[in-house]
Amino acid sequence: MNFVMPDFIPAAAEIFILAMACVVLLADLFFGKTNRWLTYFLTQASLVGAAAISAWLILNHGGDIMLTFGNMFIRDLMADFLKLVVYLAVALVVLYGRGYNALRGLDRGEYYLLVLFATLGMMVMISSNHFLTMYLGLELLSLSLYTMVALDRESARSTEAAMKYFVLGALASGLLLYGMSMIYGATGTLEISGVAGALHNHMALTPVLTFGLVFLVAGLAFKLGVVPFHMWIPDVYQGAPTAVTLMIGSAPKLAAFAMAIRLLVFGLFDMATHWQPMLIFLAVLSIALGNIAAIAQTNLKRMLGYSAISHMGYMLLGLLAGIGVDGGNHGANAYSSAMFYAIVYVLTSLASFGMIILLSRAGFESEELDDFKGLNKRSPWFAAMMMIVMFSMAGIPFFIGFFAKFWVLQAVVHAGHVWLAVFAVMMSLIGSYYYLRVVKLMYFDEPAEDAPIAAAPDMRFLLSVNSLAIAALGLMPGQLMSLCAYVLTGGQ
Amino acid sequence: MTGTPLLSLAIWVPIVGGLLVLATGSDRNAPMARWLALVSAVLGLLVTIPLYQHFDTATSAMQFVELSPWIHRFNVNYHLGVDGISMWFVILNAFITVIVVIAGWEVIKEKVAQYMAAFLIMSGLMNGIFSALDGVLFYVFFEASLIPMYLIIGIWGGPNRVYAAFKFFLYTLLGSLLLLIAFLWLFLEAGGKFGILDWHELPIGMTAQTLIFWAFLISFAVKVPMWPVHTWLPDAHVEAPTGGSIVLAAIALKLGAYGFLRFSLPIVPDAAHAMAPIIIGLSLIAVIYIGFVALVQTDMKKLVAYSSVSHMGFVTLGFFIFNQLGIEGAIVQMISHGFVSAAMFACIGVMYDRMHSRQIADYGGVVNTMPKFAALFMLFAMANSGLPATSGFVGEFMVVLGAIQFNFWTGFAAATTLILGAAYTLWMYKRVVFGAIANSHVAELTDINGREFLFLALLAAGVMAMGLYPFPFTEVMHASVDNLLKHVAMSKL
Repeated sequence: MNFVMPDFIPAAAEIFILAMACVVLLADLFFGKTNRWLTYFLTQASLVGAAAISAWLILNHGGDIMLTFGNMFIRDLMADFLKLVVYLAVALVVLYGRGYNALRGLDRGEYYLLVLFATLGMMVMISSNHFLTMYLGLELLSLSLYTMVALDRESARSTEAAMKYFVLGALASGLLLYGMSMIYGATGTLEISGVAGALHNHMALTPVLTFGLVFLVAGLAFKLGVVPFHMWIPDVYQGAPTAVTLMIGSAPKLAAFAMAIRLLVFGLFDMATHWQPMLIFLAVLSIALGNIAAIAQTNLKRMLGYSAISHMGYMLLGLLAGIGVDGGNHGANAYSSAMFYAIVYVLTSLASFGMIILLSRAGFESEELDDFKGLNKRSPWFAAMMMIVMFSMAGIPFFIGFFAKFWVLQAVVHAGHVWLAVFAVMMSLIGSYYYLRVVKLMYFDEPAEDAPIAAAPDMRFLLSVNSLAIAALGLMPGQLMSLCAYVLTGGQ
Repeated sequence: MTGTPLLSLAIWVPIVGGLLVLATGSDRNAPMARWLALVSAVLGLLVTIPLYQHFDTATSAMQFVELSPWIHRFNVNYHLGVDGISMWFVILNAFITVIVVIAGWEVIKEKVAQYMAAFLIMSGLMNGIFSALDGVLFYVFFEASLIPMYLIIGIWGGPNRVYAAFKFFLYTLLGSLLLLIAFLWLFLEAGGKFGILDWHELPIGMTAQTLIFWAFLISFAVKVPMWPVHTWLPDAHVEAPTGGSIVLAAIALKLGAYGFLRFSLPIVPDAAHAMAPIIIGLSLIAVIYIGFVALVQTDMKKLVAYSSVSHMGFVTLGFFIFNQLGIEGAIVQMISHGFVSAAMFACIGVMYDRMHSRQIADYGGVVNTMPKFAALFMLFAMANSGLPATSGFVGEFMVVLGAIQFNFWTGFAAATTLILGAAYTLWMYKRVVFGAIANSHVAELTDINGREFLFLALLAAGVMAMGLYPFPFTEVMHASVDNLLKHVAMSKL
């Protein structure tokens, strides 16, 4: 058996992050006690370095598809682009969370290490061309996140959330693995492009394949956090320290999107007529339950958790609109709309949890809705920023959230599911109520306290940039839209 | 003036002005915020004047057109233009903004900068609605204009303001969401075009036309508002601050009616013809039934709010009888109502600032202490009841004539508004203004000051000018209304 040296270039960013994770670990071990800023700095530097590598790959290889490690790992334009967004999101997570963690004794080396490993997991998921690499990436991400939720060892609530997350997450991984094994049994390959080829050529749809698909979709639904696999979301969002919720609620959604695209579209596209109805079912339930249950919440983190469920439902609308009722293929447009939705959601989600962190201080979480009362009196600037975020989430123009919904709905109408679009907009009407309620608390009510906002200047600045970007992208949504469509079609 | 992007200026001057006003920050700089707001509003008005000066009345084509790509992927354009139907609304809107800034000058003492900015931004957004020729652009302005009004009602409103703000926002959002679906469908049907003028030419089957008509109807009927989806309006008016009520009545209500003209009639003409009896029925209910409802109100603002619903019923009636007199009369009525309802709410605001009550029962004999005010209020009350030589008469008369052309009994039913309108307005006026001084509070009233006189006189000038010489208003719309009627008469099946 001869060993062929694999091509490392496509996976250079992953290798870099892994190496840097070790560097961060060692650096923190030796200098971390007194110089935590070094750990922080190195973490940000690793993300910047990885971004440089991914950007270099895009510039030099553009839309080329590069397979390596025995076709287990794929590098294409979509992968590199999504990774760039992931770096950005994670960098903001680390930056927003820093002050929060420091005040609560969570600013430990493990936090940064886990963040880097989670990032690596996401990158592997985004770039996997094989069921095993997909599973590997997913577990790396999930295990890091479980640990991060439990990072606050003193908090019973966090521990409970971590436990729940872990047990349900393990179950979902099991489902996913089970589904993968069935598909392997039916097609004889674990390689995603191989599965696609086998299905395309001759495969009759055997029951085992359909069963496999069901389990696969179930596992995927858990990771996306859509109904009926959403149980963990509200508890974990609320129970985890806000800096960790920020992490869970942002970048991993992109990885989950990539997972859906790789498995369902790149792998099982010939079964689209089977998985589309499943996604319709998941999307309808998520949009309904997410929006309705969010109304009853008094805790902002929990409310945003339910809102995340509904947003992932809207993203699924884009994924399921690939094949029209008339059988026409609208894939490129529909999947780009889902990708655009995911990116926009990550951006708004970062700003919303960032705002909770901004208002928190030592011994005060600021995670109840009432903590936002009268924010307009305390800080008109950040009240306006939060208002932008809330209206964007509600899908009111001129904010980017509107265009995300707009494109997804366009894809759904194009596919011929007009009733689904009508349902989705009616639910977003219900949804707008609870976002409006946050605006109401900030603007119409008197403040319950008038403590000044005690956040670091870099955080204030970047949070403002983040929120203003939501408004600015809403004025000029065309470029990002074209970019999403461009990378999804591999640069055509 | 050719080449100057007048419509863009009309949209963005107030918005940028509003952002600058916001930048003045806290109430320590309130005087600066006020003056900056006034300057922006006046500038905003000045840039709209050339629209009238350079308007070509001979053509029905869009004028002052600006076209540049906005969202390439969906072929969405930043496409602006006005015709004889929309031109006056842009000017009216800019004019009302000046009034609102003056009316809120001393009255608003808290969060002055935010108050002024909200109105300026609102004004820019509404100019966008009237001049957008692209579906997405229209929709974006249409929905975005909800945000400032929501804040205006919620922050500076009365005791029940939160309820009113939510009801306003959710009710109107409900309507506009179906509009979005209809737009997306039209976009695909038109082969990837969002141009409103492209949609005018698009052939559509009857089933689709009916569905689209209903989507449009729900959206615009809520905005107008038509009976029975009018219930948000009295709540919103009662709770909104005076400025909010003025803008709501004078401009925001026109958006729905404008939607009928720009979308429902030309895009789905066959469905519009088929559904016309329903709309005419609903309009007559609004005119007569809501007229009676207005009669029994004890709150002045509520009374004028119901009177607005009744007057807007006249407008929708005028549209759906499909003749020149009806449609032109309805547009004139819309502009006139912009002046008159603004003036009525301004008058109520003047009294409310002094007495902190809107109950008719708390007043009586105001003429004894506020003679100047009583004279101006009299003029507006007369205009509201449609007295000849005021603006209220022109539109109502034209619509009634058009309705009689269409069907005698429809015209007859519509004409009852002349009696009902006079009854509820003048009876209210009598109870509030005439008679002996009712109580010690009325006795202590002081007459209007220079600032109040200024904005009431400006409105009075508008009301009188339009009543005595409506030609500048009607002349611009002939060609466009002709063209619209041609579109409506042409079947798309």
